This record gives sequence, structure tokens and C-alpha cells, in this order.
Amino acid sequence: MARVLMKGNEAIGEAAIRAGCRFFFGYPITPQSEVPEYLAKRFPEVDGHFIQAESEVAASNMIYGAACSGTRVLTTSSSPGISLMSEAISYCAGTEVPVVFVNIVRAGPGLGGILPSQGDYWQATRGMGHGDFRILVLAPNCVQEAADLIMLAFDLADKYTNPVMILGDGIIGQMMEPVEFGEMVDPETLPEKPWALTGAKGREPNILTSLFLDPNVLEALNQRLLAKYRQMEAVEKRWETYNISDNMDLAVYAWGTMSRIGKTAIDELKERGIEIGLFRPITLYPYPYEAAGEVASKAKKLISIELSTGQMIDDVRLAAPGREVNFFGRQGGIVPTPEDVRDEFLKLIES
Amino acid sequence: MLTEVVMAGFGGQGLMLIGKLLAEASMDEGKEVCWLPSYGPEMRGGTANCTVVVSDNPVASPVINKPRTLVAMNRPSLEKFGPKVRSGGLVLINSSLIDVNTGRDDVTEVLIAANEEAQKIGNDKAANMVILGAYIGIMEVCTLDSVIKWMEHQFEGKQKIIDLNRKALERGFELGKAAEVKV
Repeated sequence: MARVLMKGNEAIGEAAIRAGCRFFFGYPITPQSEVPEYLAKRFPEVDGHFIQAESEVAASNMIYGAACSGTRVLTTSSSPGISLMSEAISYCAGTEVPVVFVNIVRAGPGLGGILPSQGDYWQATRGMGHGDFRILVLAPNCVQEAADLIMLAFDLADKYTNPVMILGDGIIGQMMEPVEFGEMVDPETLPEKPWALTGAKGREPNILTSLFLDPNVLEALNQRLLAKYRQMEAVEKRWETYNISDNMDLAVYAWGTMSRIGKTAIDELKERGIEIGLFRPITLYPYPYEAAGEVASKAKKLISIELSTGQMIDDVRLAAPGREVNFFGRQGGIVPTPEDVRDEFLKLIES
Repeated sequence: MLTEVVMAGFGGQGLMLIGKLLAEASMDEGKEVCWLPSYGPEMRGGTANCTVVVSDNPVASPVINKPRTLVAMNRPSLEKFGPKVRSGGLVLINSSLIDVNTGRDDVTEVLIAANEEAQKIGNDKAANMVILGAYIGIMEVCTLDSVIKWMEHQFEGKQKIIDLNRKALERGFELGKAAEVKV
């Protein structure tokens, strides 16, 4: 299939269809409303089911219900909407059902604004709901990768029977870039899900719940979840490096859109003989600590650049214990220019 | 090859569309492209702009502070983005609606009376196509044929609009070539 020019939000919608997803429940919110808009138009062509719910709370519980039936299901939202969904995300994790959530982050806290932000990093990687659980978090930095990671997200959700989140920002959702989609997955050909609620004809009923009043049973679930997370940490870490060399003046840590702004600044300074490498985690959980630490060991100084007041910096510190990690970021929906970032790099290198 | 352009005007002038056509036509010719809109709470008649990057290599930053080129369709856009164009760059000014210039001597300015030219062809709503044609004529980012192809795709089934837009693109292209500018 040829490349087509699409908005990130539209590509997310199309990729979900390609992955065999036929159920979408959601509620519009800027800057991700093009996803429901696209799927509302496209789903009838593939016998998909689209419901605009009365609220994010309702949408997320529809997701939970649909996932229990074993089908591939998606919702997308932006920061305040995702907060409303956090209860259901915890229930999905506790019930061990596969769901894919997309958060196209806007500036906060509260209702905040509608412009790009990365301020939901902690929420996604640390506290996506009550209770003791983790979700896989994938962070694209271009439209092609957004499409590819959606396809991957459905596979990972099924593999771990666990929620998976795509974390982007307003720019990832709004910009248009060429994208080439993978082959259409036929939902009928997906592996069986023997745990799903499909009607108990000819077999013992399955019970899906997140309520366990017996502490021993609940602790067994906690231990089973922990084993899953350890497995994710062992095999699911993904990252990209750029311009890494053995004696770097600076190593830059950035995810999503900020990594691209960082690349332009790195290229410009390379022409002046300044060697700066970039480390970009693609999985924010599990965070690729070892690879991030190895990059740190080759650089004189370290900096995390983010569209927040500094959240991923915590993970960079964990990856490079004992090292000073500097920070540059803008907030409120303001996106720094490559020149801003370049000047910040220079200031740090020369200090 | 790397071209960055900010296309700016007021809402309804079709700036987002011509940015998209430039990106699609360039993509079709094997280039890497990125189209980023300004999005935010805007009212009808408010400002609208998009940034398009066309490159032989994968596009790094989609956010461009100092573009190499600017297409300004109204005066507030010229005042906002004119000072930001890189030294040595191009500023394409819609002189039908803008009676000032950047006041800079380190950029090349080309004046195109886009609304009047479009009116002569039949409808001044095609002013955006005139200015896009002129931009292609000067910058040679992609071929006129590719732009026409994607314009036809955009307006599939609307033959009158296609005919008008094609003439507007061709007229703009002529004007761009006639400017004999090298950027």
C-alpha cells in the first residue's frame, strides 16, 4: 500500500481497524477528537461498532465490558478525560482484560488548556489508577510510529491481558505525515481467548471480576500481576538512540515530540563540532533503564527535555544513579523551538 | 533539500488546504513531509496558519521557529511571521490584501496580487491556489502537475471547482516563474 498523508489522530483510528478492532466507545475532547470523528465515518464500512458515550466514565466502562467478551476494543481521550477513565483502567488491570487506551495529552492540571503537553507522564507510568498495578505505555514521536504502535498495542494487550496505553501529545495527534499501514488483520483469525465471556454453552462458566474479598486470593492475583510486569520488563523494552558516540559532551533524554525538537538542535550543534547524543524511550513503562544508563556512561553531562516541569527526569535519575540530571522544559501548552533547546544545550555544555 | 514554509492568513482563506496539497504532492514525489497546523480556540475570521516541512531526509522538528519561507495572505500574518523568516529566505506577499512589506533587506519579497488574479479567472476564493502556484513556481519544491493531481483528488466530483483551481494554480505558477527569483 502506498504512503498516505494523514493526521496522527486519523492514523490511530485506521491502525486500530487494521489491528482488528471493531469496537470504539469514547467521548470527544480536543486535541484527539479526530479519532472518534474518523472511526464514526469508517467503522460502518468494516461492520464496526461506534458509540459516543454520555461521558468518559461511561465510555471506559463500555470498554471494560467489551474487553470481557474477548474482542479488540479501543478508546481515545485527552488528559481530563483519561483521569475520568482511571477507575475503569484499574478495573481492567484487576480483571486482567486487554484494552487499548490512547491519551493525546493536553496541558493541565485541571481542565488546563488544549495545547500539547507531556504532563501526564507520571500518571501513565506511576499512577494510572488506584491499587497496585502497571500498564504498558508506548510513546510515538511521529505519525508512522503512532500507527505502528497501535497495531503493537493490541497484540501486547492480548499477550499480557493487561491495559496498554499510547501516550502522545497534541502535536502527534494534529500533525499530518506520510504513513503506510500494515496488513489488515481479520478479527476472525485472532487467537482464541478461552477466558472470555462468550456464553458458557458446553463449558464451565468463566468469571471475570476485580473483586476478591479473600486476601489470599487477592494476594495471589497481585503476585500473578507482578510476574507479568517482570516479564514485560524482561522483553518489552523499546527505545531509539541518535548520534551516540563514546565521548559525548551531552546526552539528551526525550520522548515523543520533544525528541524531534532535540534532534534538530543536535544536528545544528554537530556542525559546530559539539557531540550530543539522544536517548528516546519508546516504552515509558517498562522504561529501558539499562540502555538509558549505558548512554549516560558515555556523556559528560545529562539533560532531560520535556513538555512538563520535569517528570521523566525521575526515570533518567534511576537509569544513571549518582549522576546529576539537568532539565529543560516548557509548560502550559508552549512548545519550545529547536533554537530554545539548542541554547539550553550550549549553556549547559559551557557551564 | 530542505524547505520549510509557514502559510498564514485568516480562517477561510484556505491556507491549511494549500499546505496539505504541497505536502501531498511532495510526498508523492518521494519526499519526506510534515504538516503542522496551529490549533487552538479560534473564531471565524481569526488567524490560521500551518507549517510544512519538505525534505529529502526524515523530518526532525515539526516545530519551526524561523522558517526559510513565508506565504502571507493577510497583513496580521505578515506582521507576525515576517520578522521570523531566516535571512536569505523568501516572503511571498498577497498584495491584494497587504499594502506593506517586511521592511527587511535580507529576505527576498515577491508580491502576488492573489485575490485580483483569482477574480480575473472567475472567483477570488481561488486566491489560495494562485499563491500556491506562485510558491511552486519560485521554490520548485514539487511539480505543478503533482499539485494539480492532489487538488483534483481533494475536490473529486466537483468539476467546476477543479477547473477554477487548475487555472488559478497555472496562473500563479506563471507569475512565480516570471518573478525570476532564486532563493
